[in-house]
Amino acid sequence: MKKPLGVLAEFSSSATLMYAAENLRDNGYKKFDCHSPFPIHGMDAAMGMKRSHLGFIIAFFAILGGLIGFGLQSWSHSIAYPIIISGKPYFAWQSYIIITFELFVLFAAFAAVFGMFKLNRLPMFHHPVFYSDRFSPKVTNDGFYVSIEANDPKFEPDSTADFLKSIGGSNVEILEEDA
Amino acid sequence: MSNTIKNSHISDPPLIIGNQTFKSITDSISRITEIKPPKEWYIFFGLAVSVLLILLGSIGYLFWEGVGIWGLNNPVGWGWAIVNFVFWVGIGHAGTLISAILFLFRQKWRTSINRFAESMTLFAVICALLFPAIHVGRVWLIYYFFPVPNQMGMWPNFRSPLLWDFFAVGTYFTVSLLFWYTGLIPDLATLRDRAKGLRKKVLGFFAIGWRGGNRQWQHYELAYLVLAGLSAPLVLSVHSVVSSDFATGIIPGWHSTIFPPYFVAGAIFSGFAMVMTLAIVARKVYNLEHFITVKHLSLMAKVMLLTGSMVGYSYAMEFFIAWYSGNGFESFAFINRALGNYAWAYWIMVSCNVIVPQFFWSKRLRNNVAFLFVASILVNVGMWFERFVIVVTSLARDYLPSSWDYFSPTIWDIMTFIGSFGLFFTLFLLFIRFLPMIAMAEVKTVLPEADPHHQDNGGKS
Repeated sequence: MKKPLGVLAEFSSSATLMYAAENLRDNGYKKFDCHSPFPIHGMDAAMGMKRSHLGFIIAFFAILGGLIGFGLQSWSHSIAYPIIISGKPYFAWQSYIIITFELFVLFAAFAAVFGMFKLNRLPMFHHPVFYSDRFSPKVTNDGFYVSIEANDPKFEPDSTADFLKSIGGSNVEILEEDA
Repeated sequence: MSNTIKNSHISDPPLIIGNQTFKSITDSISRITEIKPPKEWYIFFGLAVSVLLILLGSIGYLFWEGVGIWGLNNPVGWGWAIVNFVFWVGIGHAGTLISAILFLFRQKWRTSINRFAESMTLFAVICALLFPAIHVGRVWLIYYFFPVPNQMGMWPNFRSPLLWDFFAVGTYFTVSLLFWYTGLIPDLATLRDRAKGLRKKVLGFFAIGWRGGNRQWQHYELAYLVLAGLSAPLVLSVHSVVSSDFATGIIPGWHSTIFPPYFVAGAIFSGFAMVMTLAIVARKVYNLEHFITVKHLSLMAKVMLLTGSMVGYSYAMEFFIAWYSGNGFESFAFINRALGNYAWAYWIMVSCNVIVPQFFWSKRLRNNVAFLFVASILVNVGMWFERFVIVVTSLARDYLPSSWDYFSPTIWDIMTFIGSFGLFFTLFLLFIRFLPMIAMAEVKTVLPEADPHHQDNGGKS
């Protein structure tokens, strides 16, 4: 007994992939993805995706980093180790700005990269699309693919495969695993 | 009439030449990492590793014997180590400028050279970080820089520009590394999908399971945009902070508010020169003339013309302010730079940094690869001398004539500096050997076929 995990179809160009994405969106598919060797401008709208909220994650950590930077400097010069150096006051906040900025940027950069990993659920070393022999050598080279996951409410192996063929997909494969 | 204008497509000439397709881009760039390198690579690598050994030997002796092996003397306590530090940090700046600032300005020509330039940034910053680390004398106490709780209950002095510098360059390195790695992920996935066996496993580990779905690209592109947005002010801040090491001092010739913008312009200038030197060699050895075209080199020459002119303006303005301030020490410091003991260094600097880039006004010379190669090397020489002139001439002639002295490098100064090129080129050659030196996923986006509306405009399918 094989259990279907999804269906995969190949498209010939970025234009046909975009057309397929618009059709899937308009036919109520939700759990599908469009794979391409490079990001395609306008694809987010074609797939009916909302804006990424990575920005909020980055903003949170950036501000946290800035506060930690400023707090660390204020605390060490005013409380932990108050000592006068070259006549500057203990709380010389003007001279703390640079390191505050640096830690703001540092935390924001880590949040951008690891937040992106988190939202993309990376690292993830296996995924049903890799079961296809054609998919992975082509998608990072010159191939354009649509994958629809089996837990999409509209998914039904044969009719979904036929639908993908009708909107221009070729080499349609049903991805399965042994149940 | 108006109708014909509306319908005519006035387009720029393509950035990537030679009828490339997505597949030909993948093949020609991935292949470099998959086959045995050309024999030039072995020659360069052998040379680079030999020079790296000189560096390791010099550092070993330095740790054993102390900074007394260098030519430092009483007024000149900052010699070549700081000159080399500023030199290498400056070189790094072009990489970030190309990868971040040109990205934000949507300058698509950057895609062919950005990976290259970002890698150069990383390796240059590694070389830069080496010098302050080894010049502290007791290198095993370097952890004093870090704000870590310690047995003495002491904390570093955050009010000092030297500590700002530590944080600025450390952050710069870390952010550059993250940016570089993020850009590499799709290309590592490309290499992974072409590889077999252990190579596939290793590449697969670093490609973290990338599968090119638009739901991934969406977050990826935003992360990349934000990293570019963060790097742009960061790169401007790093060299400004480096310049604060000098500008907050009271030595005549250092104590100047022009330093931050002047250092940043100089850094970009020297960095572009280094990218150009490396790109001209790499495109020749690996036959990448279709990707790194003469147009790319010519555009880099224009950036060098702009930043070189800004540097020249700063030299002139420093002289003007020294005179206009009416400060005798300041005026003396500048007259001494141009006419004193170190006049030879000053005029090497002016010839290489002010006069050489002015040749880039000529379109014929901007398109002449041999000329660009020579000019880029001269600019690198000139920019090293700029830092030498700033650091050494100011210290050697400070306020009190009784403390004046002349700085001469020892063999160990020279060997450490030359050795740092060995470190840089060893890392760079390893990068060229094992990683895609051109950002494939990004170059594909500038092909006309990448645009989903390409066919609407009457393009061939």
